Amino acid sequence: MHPVTTVHYLALSAALLLIGTVGVLTRRNIVVILMSIELILNAVNINLIAFSHAWHNVGGQVFAIFVITDAVAEAAVGLGILIALFRNKETVQADEIDLLKW
Amino acid sequence: MLDTVLFYSFAVLVLGGGILTITRRNAVHSAISLIVSLLGVAGLYLLQAAEFLFAVQIVLYVGGIMVLFLFVIMLVNLDDAAKVREYNRQWIVALVAVAAVGAELGYFFHRGAASFHIAETAAAVPVAVGNTEALADSLFSEYLLPFEIASLVLLVAVVGSVIMAKKRI
Repeated sequence: MHPVTTVHYLALSAALLLIGTVGVLTRRNIVVILMSIELILNAVNINLIAFSHAWHNVGGQVFAIFVITDAVAEAAVGLGILIALFRNKETVQADEIDLLKW
Repeated sequence: MLDTVLFYSFAVLVLGGGILTITRRNAVHSAISLIVSLLGVAGLYLLQAAEFLFAVQIVLYVGGIMVLFLFVIMLVNLDDAAKVREYNRQWIVALVAVAAVGAELGYFFHRGAASFHIAETAAAVPVAVGNTEALADSLFSEYLLPFEIASLVLLVAVVGSVIMAKKRI
């Protein structure tokens, strides 16, 4: 077996990013779309930690903390918007919310 | 050797959880799969000697964000949503586009794998202090302004989500 290098982590992170992107692009349920965004942000974090480890530099981990902070803010606001939408439109399907579509 | 085995088992957790997250029909099942995936990511952090982020990942993601998600799933009754079409109309186009990007990335990693070995051999300074201490030193000196801005972002997000979810302001 090959020893695990930075490239392994980058490949894993790319795979997770693509899974998240597929989720955002193909699902209709807004809750699942928000979960896919969490997957994408975690892929970014794996990248940051891998390079932080490879260069023996703690800066990557600090950036990962900021990414986690933004993920929390995004989830809170996104779910707040979802609740407001559900109260007005009674739906959680992304393509049924087309008020601004001509 | 142990590192390799652990890496591949965590990778299976991460990718398997991720795939289940985006394919399950029921949103609660998706959320549970996402928890598995996030725990796998936490394991990868531990493997990379980022102990503080390992704790943050479990406490914040698995304990905080996922509870928020499950709470909202219970709040907006998703039983009807489980019966309708799961994917939108452009899913073939989306899959083709993502496969193209994936092929590009795979080619890049395959050809460029050797160039990352520079990073492997970079100045192997033995760390004198623990991970959390080093992180705090960096966060509260070098990155103090971004830290304060992040707290402002969180404040705005909290106020914003309360205003969004409130019935009447």
